[in-house]
Amino acid sequence: MTTPVLEARGLTKRYGRVTAIESGDLELYPGEILAVIGDNGAGKSSLIKALSGAVVPDSGEIYLDGERVNFRNPMDARAAGIETVYQTLAVAPGLDIADNLFLGREERKPGVLGSVFRMLDKAHMRTEAKRHMNELGVATLQNIGQAVESLSGGQRQAVAVARSAAFGSKVVILDEPTAALGVKEGNRVLQLIRDVRDRGLPVILISHNMPHVFEVADRIHIQRLGRRATVITPQSHSMSEAVAIMTGAAEPPPPVA
Amino acid sequence: MSTTAVKEPSPPQDFDVRRNDSLGLRLQHLLHGNPTLGPLAVLIVAIIAFSVANQRFFSAPNLSLVLAQVTVIAVLALGQTLIILTAGIDLSVGAVAVFSSILMASFATKLGMPGLLALLLGLVVGTAMGALNGFLVTRIKLPPFIVTLGTLSIFFSLNSVVSGSETIRGSDMPGLLSWTGTTIPIGGFRLTYGSIIMLLLFAVFFYALGSTAWGKHVYATGDDIESARLAGIRTNRVLFSVYTVAGLLYAVGAWILIGRLASASPNVGVDYNLDSITAVVLGGTSLFGGRGGVLGTLIGALIVGVFRNGLQLAGVEVVWQGFAIGLLVLVAVSLDQWIRKVKT
Repeated sequence: MTTPVLEARGLTKRYGRVTAIESGDLELYPGEILAVIGDNGAGKSSLIKALSGAVVPDSGEIYLDGERVNFRNPMDARAAGIETVYQTLAVAPGLDIADNLFLGREERKPGVLGSVFRMLDKAHMRTEAKRHMNELGVATLQNIGQAVESLSGGQRQAVAVARSAAFGSKVVILDEPTAALGVKEGNRVLQLIRDVRDRGLPVILISHNMPHVFEVADRIHIQRLGRRATVITPQSHSMSEAVAIMTGAAEPPPPVA
Repeated sequence: MSTTAVKEPSPPQDFDVRRNDSLGLRLQHLLHGNPTLGPLAVLIVAIIAFSVANQRFFSAPNLSLVLAQVTVIAVLALGQTLIILTAGIDLSVGAVAVFSSILMASFATKLGMPGLLALLLGLVVGTAMGALNGFLVTRIKLPPFIVTLGTLSIFFSLNSVVSGSETIRGSDMPGLLSWTGTTIPIGGFRLTYGSIIMLLLFAVFFYALGSTAWGKHVYATGDDIESARLAGIRTNRVLFSVYTVAGLLYAVGAWILIGRLASASPNVGVDYNLDSITAVVLGGTSLFGGRGGVLGTLIGALIVGVFRNGLQLAGVEVVWQGFAIGLLVLVAVSLDQWIRKVKT
C-alpha cells in the first residue's frame, strides 16, 4: 500500500470546553482529490487549519510523506510544501496579479541592486506569473499587471489557486473554492482543481457543494461530530447517502481503502 | 519552483470580462489605475487660475516661497502617508516633530553638544517616539487613532517641560541645525537645502514603496491585514517598521523646521497633524489603506501651499482660505469613495 502524502492521526483540538476535533484522522494519497465534507461544526475547518498550520492541535500527529511534522504557524506548513487557499483567498486586492502570486516571497534582482537596494525583479516575476497562469490554462488574463480587485470572483480564485499550485510542492488545500461563484465560474474552478491534480499535486477540497464534490473528488472524507465518520467514493455512494451519513441519518459504512 | 509533471495545458478558459465603456466608467478606471492624475490636474488648474488672478503668483520668488512653505508639511505628510497606507492614522506627527526640534536645539544650546551630535540624538529620539507608537499598535493592539491621540498629549507636554515654553533662537544654535534654511539660487529661484532633502526623501520612498518587497507588504497590509498575514507577510513587523520610519521622517522634518523658522519654538505645530493628513488625502491616498502613494502626497502638499498662497495674493481673507482647503478635502474624499467602487 502506498504511503499517504499527508496523514493525520488522532488530532484533538479543544477551545475551552468545546471540542472541535476529537481524535481526527485523515489520509491524503498521491495524485488524488480528497474532498472533506461535514455539517457546520463537524470540525472540518479545525482539521484543515491543523494541517495548514493555522491552529496547533492539542494532541495527535501529522505525517508528511511518512515523516512526523509539527507546524507552529502557516509559514511552517508552507515551507514544508503545503499550500492553502483560504476562503478569503488571502489576496491583496490593490496589488496586481504578479504581485499577488509572489506576495510574501518576492524575488529580488541579482547583484548589488537586489542585495543593497532591495530592488524587486519585476520583469522576472511577471514572466513567471504569466507562465504559471498559462500552465493552469488561465491564459486570457491579458494583463498580468492588472489589479486583482478588477477581476471577477472566478478570476481571483484562479489567481489564488495558481499561487498555491506554483509554490506548493506536496499538497494543495482549498477551502470552499466555489462557494462565492456562479455556475459557469464554479465549473471553471473545478477544472482548475483537476489541472492541479493532473500536474501531480494532491488536493484536499473542503466544500459544502455536493454536486461539485461528487464531480471532482476521487474520495470523500465525511467528518461528523469532530471525528471521521467514514470515507466513501462518488462511485460507492450517492449524494443523498453522503448527506445522510453527514447528518447522522444513516449509519456510516466502513471506510473504503 | 515545483513544476514536476509536464502536461498539455488545458484550453485557455474564458475568464474575460466585458466592460461597459461609458465615459464616466472609463474615467473611473483611469483614476483607479492612476490615482495621482486627479490631484495633478487640480494642482495644474490651480496654478493656472492663480497665475491669471495675480501676475505675481507665477514668479520665481513667489514659487520659491510656496515651496519653502510646504517643505516641512510635505516631509511630515510623507511619514503620514506610510501610516495611512497601512490603514492607520498618526495624530502625534506635529508633537513628534516639534518635540524633536526642541530636543535638537536644547541638546546643542543647553547641554553644549556639537551640532552633529545634537542632530543625530534628535533623530534617534524622534525615531524612538515613532517606534513607541508602533509598539503600542502592534503589541498592545490598540487602534492607531487612540495610540497617537495619547502620545500626542504626552509628547506635547514633555515638549513644554523640556522647553519651558521658551523659543530657542537659531542664532544661538550651531550652524548645522539651521543649515536646512540656507538657500541656493537657481536662476531667480531660491531653493533651500531643506527642500532638497524633502525631494530626496520623496524619491527614496517612491522607490521603496514601488520597487521593494517592503513596499508591496505595506500596501498588502493596509489593503487587508488578515489576507496579508495568511499570505505569509509578518504584518506586525511591517506596521512597526512603518511607524518607526515615520518617526524618523518627522525628526528630519523637525530639522527642516528649525531652518525654516530660524528658531525652535514649542508653540508651533498645532496645525501640523491636520495639515499633514490634508496633504495625504488631497494626494489621493485612501484613509482606508492600501491605495495611493507618496507622489500624490507631494502633489497634495503643493496643492495646499498653492491654494494658501494664491488665495492670499488674490486678496482672499485667511478665514476663507481654510474654508477652501476644507472643501477640497471633502471633494477629494468623495472622489476616493467613488473610485474605490470600481467593480467589474
